[in-house]
Amino acid sequence: MREPRALRRRATETAAPFPPLLAEAERLAATVLLGEHGRRRSGLGDEFWQYRPAIEGDEARLVDWRRSAKADVHFIKQKEWQAAQSVMFWIDDARSMDFTSDANLPRKITRARTLALAAAILLVRAGERVGLTNSDHPPRSGEAQLLRLAEEFTAQGSAQDFGAPETRGMRPHSTAVFMSDFMGPVAAVETAIAKAADRDVRGVLIQVLDPQEEAFPFDGRTVFESVGRSIVHETQQAGDLRDRYLERLAERRAVLRDLCRATGWQFQTHHTGDTGQSALLWLHQALQRGRR
Amino acid sequence: MFVLGPIGFTVPWLLLGLLALPLLWILLRVVPPAPVRRRFPGVALLLGLRDDDVQSDRTPWWLLLLRLLAVAALILGFAGPVLNPQINTASDAPLLIVMDGGWGDASGWNQRQERLEALLEDAGRAGRTVAMVQLTDLPAEGLSFQSADVWRSRLPALVPAPWRADMAAAAAWFDALPAQPMEVLWMSDGIAAEGRIELLQRLEENGTVRVFETAMTTYGLRPALYADGEITLTAVRNRIDTPAALEVQAIGLDPSAIERVLANVPLRYEAGAEEASVALSLPPELRNRVSRFELVDHRSAAALSLTDDGLKRREVALMAGRDDREGLELLSPLHFLNQALAPTADLLDGALSDMLLANPDVLVMADVATLSEAEAEAVEDWVQKGGLLVRFAGPRLAASDVSRDFEDPLLPVRLRVGGRTVGGAMSWGAPKSLRAFAETSPFFGLSIPADVDVSAQVLAQPDPILAERAIAVLEDGTPMVTRKTLGAGQVVLFHVTANAEWSTLPLSGLFVQMLERLAVSTRPARPTADDLAGSVWTAERVLNGFGGFEDAARLAGIEGRTLAEGQIGATLPPGLYRSEGRAIAVNVMAEGQTLAPTQWPVRIVVEGLNIVQEVSLKGPLLLAALLLLLVDILASLLVSGRLRGPRGGVVASVLLAVFLIQPNAAQAQENDPALESLALLATSDVVLAYVQTGNTEVDRVAEAGLRGLSDTLYLRTAIEPAEPLAVNLETDELSFFPFLYWPVSADQPLPSQEAYVKLNRYLRSGGMILFDTRDADVAVYGRQTPEGRRLEQLARDLDIPPLELVPSDHVLTRTFYLLQEFPGRYAGREVWVESAPPDAEQVEGMPFRNLNDGVTPVVVGGNDWASAWAVDRSGNRMFRIGRGYTGELQREISLRFGVNLIMHVLTGNYKSDQVHVPALLDRLGQ
Repeated sequence: MREPRALRRRATETAAPFPPLLAEAERLAATVLLGEHGRRRSGLGDEFWQYRPAIEGDEARLVDWRRSAKADVHFIKQKEWQAAQSVMFWIDDARSMDFTSDANLPRKITRARTLALAAAILLVRAGERVGLTNSDHPPRSGEAQLLRLAEEFTAQGSAQDFGAPETRGMRPHSTAVFMSDFMGPVAAVETAIAKAADRDVRGVLIQVLDPQEEAFPFDGRTVFESVGRSIVHETQQAGDLRDRYLERLAERRAVLRDLCRATGWQFQTHHTGDTGQSALLWLHQALQRGRR
Repeated sequence: MFVLGPIGFTVPWLLLGLLALPLLWILLRVVPPAPVRRRFPGVALLLGLRDDDVQSDRTPWWLLLLRLLAVAALILGFAGPVLNPQINTASDAPLLIVMDGGWGDASGWNQRQERLEALLEDAGRAGRTVAMVQLTDLPAEGLSFQSADVWRSRLPALVPAPWRADMAAAAAWFDALPAQPMEVLWMSDGIAAEGRIELLQRLEENGTVRVFETAMTTYGLRPALYADGEITLTAVRNRIDTPAALEVQAIGLDPSAIERVLANVPLRYEAGAEEASVALSLPPELRNRVSRFELVDHRSAAALSLTDDGLKRREVALMAGRDDREGLELLSPLHFLNQALAPTADLLDGALSDMLLANPDVLVMADVATLSEAEAEAVEDWVQKGGLLVRFAGPRLAASDVSRDFEDPLLPVRLRVGGRTVGGAMSWGAPKSLRAFAETSPFFGLSIPADVDVSAQVLAQPDPILAERAIAVLEDGTPMVTRKTLGAGQVVLFHVTANAEWSTLPLSGLFVQMLERLAVSTRPARPTADDLAGSVWTAERVLNGFGGFEDAARLAGIEGRTLAEGQIGATLPPGLYRSEGRAIAVNVMAEGQTLAPTQWPVRIVVEGLNIVQEVSLKGPLLLAALLLLLVDILASLLVSGRLRGPRGGVVASVLLAVFLIQPNAAQAQENDPALESLALLATSDVVLAYVQTGNTEVDRVAEAGLRGLSDTLYLRTAIEPAEPLAVNLETDELSFFPFLYWPVSADQPLPSQEAYVKLNRYLRSGGMILFDTRDADVAVYGRQTPEGRRLEQLARDLDIPPLELVPSDHVLTRTFYLLQEFPGRYAGREVWVESAPPDAEQVEGMPFRNLNDGVTPVVVGGNDWASAWAVDRSGNRMFRIGRGYTGELQREISLRFGVNLIMHVLTGNYKSDQVHVPALLDRLGQ
């Protein structure tokens, strides 16, 4: 695979599914990039941040003589802090995410991956490192990493009906983004977030739901099956279940929100019926807020 | 058959299936509807949720009911339900059907016929013999009982008489018959008649009587009355309970002698009102033209009232030889004429030439001796055209030389000089009175008052023809009134003065009667028997029972007295009678006659005319079951939740579409783009078009024929037509097409009025239609074919000029080829075009007449040209013509005719002008 030709071929093959996903993610990212700035604090980096008067203890080599010659005091040139951060994504790839109620809506997993990839693009452009918690690859920066992410996103999902957050590849002090419908056992989420908190990882939970899951527009005698058909529930009057289902959904959401509040995470619900842009904006800002 | 109320069942045992319905109810209740399987990731949240309502797994009661109804409808449908099953009453006595048969039957005649048909059918099925009698037409030979089929075959020939039956005569007729047991069915017209009860009693002696009577109201229109400038129309009716609105039409000839409606008046009945009147005021010109009044939409002889002279007022021009003698009114020669005529005629007074311009009916000249030559000529002209010239003698005429040696055209006889005076102071003898009128005289029958005598008169020269010209003579045989015909008119001479100077005639009532008989004046009221005594009247048009007119030519003349009695019947059918220029209408309804409903005794069962027909309910019931099942599909989907959720919308819309799709989709609206595309298609090239007849085969041949002609034109001439088009007269614009080919088929529907307007506009604006009846093979020697008759009907409303057979110098014979005949598939000779103007004449040395300008708007023939021209898509001839080479020659000539025709359409009379070229060159000196 080291031969350029083979590499090229593989790149072409693997890139074939990328363009839609990448292009979509790029397009989404482009809407958010405008007006966003870097760290807004001084530190290690390439970009000029400010001149500040030299104080006691500053090394003489730090003095910017050119600037200092214009005034009576010495100035020190500071660069904007550009310390890269790792943002780890976990996108639920269980069967329950592979669902859409309408041919015009994206599948939940597609939307989640698009959002993640778009966020990754933004982060990479901001110089951060991105990676996946369920991958063996360490978080990296650069366009190549984006391609790698995209490649991982096109892989076959797991065969389970409901997924649990993976914390394997999570680095300490990093930021995490978990995207799922969180329809499965909530205990797994609690465990994962507890683990993350242990490693001083803060992050974001995004619940991606189909509009049908929010509306429950069913009636009459119905047999409900999970996407993987592992769970079946039969009812005579689906209409009667609506209120109780919605109640349970709200309850689940409250649990997740409480969990987030306790651990300093942030929680948001996104519906595939809405535009991805708003979710990306929120995600971007949430990552900004959670930055240390 | 099992009968339940008005419904019978042909397969009643199937009804037992209804017993299974409760079982079905239970079964359906127990089995819940099948569940829908849905994928739903949120199912994890549903786990453990229990249904509240255990009952809801059962089918809802209304859905059950729906299904049960559907099944019940199926069972009932297959059980063969029949509404109004006909169950024959067993009786085999002979059946006597008595019909009133008068005009009262006319309004519901079809219904009556149908009822009779049904009755006869029943009788035929029961094998009963039947006799039928119309009371208006009692057969002299008595009743003849025959099989019902015989009567059924005669049924269409039955017509109501335009008078009413005489019940007393009918009772007497029945009395004369031998007694015989029978069942009597009496079709009554529902109008009270004298003697009906007696007749009923007489009929009941034979057996039971069933009476059939329509519930419709019968109307009758009384004769129109004219008084004080208004015509009063009164209509009566037999049932008076409800208000009603009728319309009366005044119908007559318009100036171009076409019968049309001249006026419409509404007529309103209050509830309970027996009669309704309306006054109609018409200008005299219009009133004189009214020939009858009709109740619109009522079809009977009584709903029609003919008018006669009673409504008409003649225009009489009066002219006196001397109008001096001021103040001596009674001596004025015109005084008595004025008095006699003023109530009944419109009098004209003035210069002769002016009066003649007004074309009066009568010109009266009192003691006018000489006229200027021009005047005399004008008067003679006017008389020749049908005027009536009445002249009175007087001193001037006596003194003049007029008509002495030879007969003046404006006098009936030659006159002797001076006249004579009898009974005067200087003469012998007493004044002469009149001799009774001879039978040949128009005055025959008038009684002569004793006090009429003549003291002076002008004398006629003895002549061989004098005796036949004299229509009134004195006691001693000298002519008193003479008359001769002149052209279409008459000249009458009274040998006395128009005033009382020479005789007392103008003072008597006889004078007025004589004027009336001469049709100088018209009678103001119905004539009495005395007025009409001695005259013979011939029917001009008589009515039938439906109020239509029938040929009266074969009816014998009717004596005036009979006419005056006005008792209509077989001897005096209602109609218009004429004698000597006078007309009398005999109407069905007389003055003051009323109509009343029949009063049957309570014991008589009166049935309506409506036939209750067997109606099979199988179809509707099965349809209802099908519809219920369709509804059930919807309802089941609704109950099982399939109408909601994912793809529910799809299901619903598919179902809706299935429900809403109508078998006959609404016709495409005529919209502008379509019209525009037609316009583009038709105008970007010359396009030959044919009229769609609705007959696929005819249309196909027409299209193929025009295609063949188009090809020929393309090959041989400068005309390069595009593909032919079909034209729908109702929807398409015609003005794009220079030429329409219209094959006429016998079953072609008539175009609507709008289409006719369009066609007429098309014809007036230079379009040409080639009518082809395609029947020249059978329509030889003027034989009428169905196509020909259809063409007559089609063309009735078309604005077509007078036609003639194509003359040998018509421009059609030389527009491209020189032709003398115009064969198609058949070589009929009769091809008609617009006729040449009457003044077209042949110029010396020219081969052709100088014919009319423009293009003939129609060419009519039956040679089936399209078949001769027709080629299929690959250009092969579609029909064989004649035999061998001759046939091909005929086809060639036929194509040449087509070329000539289209050339004629497109170039008009261009070829007609060409013939003048030699003359023009000649006049230019070359």
